[in-house]
Amino acid sequence: MTVNLPNLGKDLTGLEHLTPEQIRLILDTAEPFKEVSERPIKKVPALRGKTIVNLFFEASTRTRISFEFAEKRLSADTVNVAATGSSVSKGETLVDTAKNLEAMRIDMVVIRHPSSGAAGFLGQRIRSNVINAGDGKHEHPTQALLDLLTIRDKHGKIEGLNVCLVGDVLHSRVARSNIWGLTKLGAHVGVCGPHTLMPRGIEELGVKFFPRIEEAIEWADVLNILRLQLERMEKGFIPSLREYYRVWGVTPERLERSPRPITIMHPGPMNRGVEIDSRVADGPHSVILDQVTNGVAVRMAVLYLLAGGRPELADAAKRGTGAGGGGSAE
Amino acid sequence: MPPKSERTILLDARAMSRALQRMAVEVAELAHGTADLVLIGIQRRGVELAERIAKVIEKDEGVAVPRGALDITLYRDDLETVGPNPVIGETRLPVDLTGKHAVIVDDVLYTGRTVRAALDELADFGRPKRISLCVLVDRGGRELPIQADVVGKAVKTGPGDRVEVQVEELDGRDQVDLVR
Repeated sequence: MTVNLPNLGKDLTGLEHLTPEQIRLILDTAEPFKEVSERPIKKVPALRGKTIVNLFFEASTRTRISFEFAEKRLSADTVNVAATGSSVSKGETLVDTAKNLEAMRIDMVVIRHPSSGAAGFLGQRIRSNVINAGDGKHEHPTQALLDLLTIRDKHGKIEGLNVCLVGDVLHSRVARSNIWGLTKLGAHVGVCGPHTLMPRGIEELGVKFFPRIEEAIEWADVLNILRLQLERMEKGFIPSLREYYRVWGVTPERLERSPRPITIMHPGPMNRGVEIDSRVADGPHSVILDQVTNGVAVRMAVLYLLAGGRPELADAAKRGTGAGGGGSAE
Repeated sequence: MPPKSERTILLDARAMSRALQRMAVEVAELAHGTADLVLIGIQRRGVELAERIAKVIEKDEGVAVPRGALDITLYRDDLETVGPNPVIGETRLPVDLTGKHAVIVDDVLYTGRTVRAALDELADFGRPKRISLCVLVDRGGRELPIQADVVGKAVKTGPGDRVEVQVEELDGRDQVDLVR
């Protein structure tokens, strides 16, 4: 059973350059990791002895904690570095920070950074594996992967589904990663939101634009409701939060018009009563907390796959002793 | 490696069925009955074999025998060299193992590293009063001080040989081949 397995390579910087097979590999690997988090001892030794640095240049609660749980449940040793209170605030460059960490013999870096492309930039300059935990307006690949896994769990498939991203697509790395991932796996992707928050030429990515939330609801099987970044209001992208809720808010009244139940997703943190009504967020079709649960499993899968990605050694080992297990398992 | 490989049948379907019958009897003897017995198959073919052995015991003794499945991929000591196994199977243990007699069932016993990993993993699920090992084929070549309590067939093999186990449920037929 020596099949040609897709390999993730050294880094995970985005979904744009992954193949559908690579994305499916991550999702399939995440499945068994869900069970690990249900065990009495939520820990397996797969990454024992690996050192991972979580380098967060931007505020994050959910993503950082999720990565940290994933790392600890694989038995890796972890260090958290935040931009404030470290030498970053003294003016050290990103590469210098990472090179210094690497000089202490680390194996992986999980990075969140306000500049688009920071993770890719870093990956080209250090030997350690780099995982993008969100870079500027570019990508947030593990968020999109956990969204994909949650959709697949709920609907049993991704291909052929109508998935609509609602809200601030312009500033959203979550939207960008979702569009890449969903289209690669054969979903139909829609976007819906105010013109001021839509990137120009969005339809060139192969997505359908809905100018009104009602039309999106009529079309969609899944709504992924993006967080309205409140600082956008001050910059004049939207007139007021109240108006945003009135025109774009996902409410039970609007969902009632849909011919079928719509799966509700949100990457968090939510602004209840702005982009999403509380009755929808806590409603029967909401999978928002499943997304959080799946986040740990997806991140475990990514860490595991990147940590072991040494295909040349794998071939040598297979030609040599092989494993103890019999059958055609190897 | 020789250019042509030679395949001999170690167990055909009937011989395999007889071996499993005998292994079931020996497992029940080993456990002095079936009161605390739990059969745990190692993914993938060990799971099917555990199922077969459990069914024989259930038929002979008229009691239910709980069985589970264990995937040891995440407990292997060779992630660095063989790379990640992309297909990690299901781990499912039906009962709390504390105080039970757990019997690990696998298709082939070779280096012993799989069993070492299985012992580590089981320890994270509880404290069985006893753990035994039951394998369809013992092919020698141990790299660790591990031995089986119940063996279907023992065969001497070299490092370049392969023992291929096929089971009806996954491969469409029951057969064990030695390929050298």
